[in-house]
Amino acid sequence: MPLPRLIPCLDVAQGRVVKGVRFEGLRDVGEPVELGAAYSAAGADELVYLDVKATLEGRGALLELVARIADRLAIPFTVGGGVRAVADAEALLEAGADKVSVNSAALERPQFVTELAARLGSQAVVVAVDAKDGYARSRSGSSATGRLAVDWVREAEERGAGEVLLTSIDADGTRAGYDLELTRAVADAVSIPVIASGGAGSARDVADALDVAQAALLASILHENPARLESLRAELHGLGVPLRDAV
Amino acid sequence: MNVAVCAYGAGNVRSVVAAFRRLGADAAVTASPAEVAAADLAVLPGVGSAASAMDGLRERGLDAALCERVAAHRATLGICLGLQLALEESEEDGGVTGLGILPGRARRLRDGRVPRIGWAAIEPGGETFYFAHSYAAETSAATARSEGFVAVAESGSFLGVQFHPEKSGAAGARFLERCLSRV
Repeated sequence: MPLPRLIPCLDVAQGRVVKGVRFEGLRDVGEPVELGAAYSAAGADELVYLDVKATLEGRGALLELVARIADRLAIPFTVGGGVRAVADAEALLEAGADKVSVNSAALERPQFVTELAARLGSQAVVVAVDAKDGYARSRSGSSATGRLAVDWVREAEERGAGEVLLTSIDADGTRAGYDLELTRAVADAVSIPVIASGGAGSARDVADALDVAQAALLASILHENPARLESLRAELHGLGVPLRDAV
Repeated sequence: MNVAVCAYGAGNVRSVVAAFRRLGADAAVTASPAEVAAADLAVLPGVGSAASAMDGLRERGLDAALCERVAAHRATLGICLGLQLALEESEEDGGVTGLGILPGRARRLRDGRVPRIGWAAIEPGGETFYFAHSYAAETSAATARSEGFVAVAESGSFLGVQFHPEKSGAAGARFLERCLSRV
């Protein structure tokens, strides 16, 4: 298996990086281009950019901003938010994304995952699942779907998804640890890589998540102090987590 | 140094161009067989499906341009799907005939989580690169492996890599620099 990955996540609204708790009370925590470049330089294994308002505002992600971030990165870049058509995804790849993340549109029309995988290849299709009490929610967590997260990820894999980005709404922004039970259930349900998201507070939390999932998404734990990524890598190394030599 | 990055409707060419430009090379995207033939280094990038990628190469006449370059011993780099397309065939999409620059075939990965996504070391060398693939080369031209999979294959002036040097941070930049220095 490839090495476990640490993936900083830029949640973006109105062109700024924001972070809340359980998807609410979003605070401004920085400028996305500089923050992305800083994480790339500090040893991030990948970068994720999620336009958290795009679906709610009925638009796509900001292509010009995506391109400016992509030009500063020498690591893989996943972009999501408001992707509703294959053309949206192609525009993001054209702007410099390596993978697109889809969530609400795929839940509304699962065939969309099939279409994306056929056009872009599975390796470029990340299905993001925001889960609460084990159920997938759409539209930045605001709408119930009635679908169990484990059932939805199984279908997404069958339709050609290349990765699952699993966020626990219950744990998001709490820094109280990842939802390991949910993450394990999802990782057991599929044979594609799983990225755990929501709840990182300490190196121990991240190590525990990487025991279950193939990658860990990091947001609140980093944004106020991006240099934390380097010390986090060192702490994880001390905990026996094998990470790449980033220099 | 002039680098031609083949554009044939298969994935993120922008990052390949950006990576070469960061190293000071004069890199540009092109779908022109003449430009591919004339460049100091030609790069065949690629993600996505083998069948549509081969169709894209043929429609633009890039398949012949690449084969002629290699026959003339001119430096050519294949990345990820670009390595797999250089083989004789791929079992993807029900079977696809490749460029035949490298012996062997691309086969679906059968173990572990697929796609195989993430950073892994290659041997010999020990450097860590970023991989994202569901198929891997089986070829007698392999010169480096990663966890048993073919990571690098070479034949004459063609160098194929399964990993993404343009996405592999400092190690990837060093690799591309070595490619440029060999031209």
